[in-house]
Amino acid sequence: MKFLKFLLLGILFGIIMTKAEIISWFRIYEMFKFESFHMYGIIGSAIFLGLLYIQIIKRFNIKSIDGLEINFIPKKHGFIRYFLGGTIFGLGWAVTGACPGPMFVLLGNGFLTVFIMILGSVLGTFMYGLLKEKLPH
Amino acid sequence: MEFIYSPWPWYVAGPIISLIMLFLILFGKTFGMSSNLRTMCSALGAEKFSDFFKFDWKAQIWNLVVILGAIIGGYIAYNFMIIDYSIDLNPKTIKHLKLLGIEYNGGSYMPDELFSLSVLESWKGWVFLLFGGILIGFGTRYAGGCTSGHAISGLSNLQLPSLIAVVGFFFGGLIMTHFLLPVILSNWFLI
Repeated sequence: MKFLKFLLLGILFGIIMTKAEIISWFRIYEMFKFESFHMYGIIGSAIFLGLLYIQIIKRFNIKSIDGLEINFIPKKHGFIRYFLGGTIFGLGWAVTGACPGPMFVLLGNGFLTVFIMILGSVLGTFMYGLLKEKLPH
Repeated sequence: MEFIYSPWPWYVAGPIISLIMLFLILFGKTFGMSSNLRTMCSALGAEKFSDFFKFDWKAQIWNLVVILGAIIGGYIAYNFMIIDYSIDLNPKTIKHLKLLGIEYNGGSYMPDELFSLSVLESWKGWVFLLFGGILIGFGTRYAGGCTSGHAISGLSNLQLPSLIAVVGFFFGGLIMTHFLLPVILSNWFLI
């Protein structure tokens, strides 16, 4: 039962990713070609409202449903890992048209070949774990 | 009913995504999808190979439930909420893709040339899908997040590292779309 709310949020996520065509390879290609406002509008409005919500939570010290303090853990400082890691992900995002969330939504849409991509992404994460100590961060 | 079946515009999608993030925060969690890939590695026993996977992955099961929901949501939307699978793409985009050998026929969200089951008949299809996935998994973990964790959650909380990561996402994405993809696709149809 305690997982039900997460399942419902996931279902909503899957529906919105599909209905707004965010999972579409074509939409991602179009975005990186700067030929449509669609994806920028989605990401931009989500960030704008997110900013608002987080400010409200901080300002009014709103607690979580368990009554606990909501802590926003700041990201560790750094440059190389964010820029280089971000660039590597960007290459993958543009070639596959998928992110770690939409990949699973695509599977639900019946694109079975995406399963190989998901295996690849688990493998990529594993490779990072192996190489972590040797990489500049 | 009209609204259910027609494509949802950005001003519906963006606000709903921010609400999903808000609810996860109010549930005491965070909105970040790529962490699931690390959780899966740990659940599969990767801690034997690297300390990076030694963590209490069972505390992350809620996030695996989110992606299980995402699969179900994708199934529901695809089968019950769409009649017309065409996308209102920019005609210029369609023309560019045609030059690269990708035919947009309006019948699918994904190009058949890259994602239909028949691509698995060639080694190219396997390399494309597997290597594309590796870039996503490696890059997101190196950067510590993806579009949800950095672009949406991180930027909403005014995190400079997230801004650097998002600049990286677009830097890599632009290199791929404008320089590498044309080369990849021109070879795709030759071999």
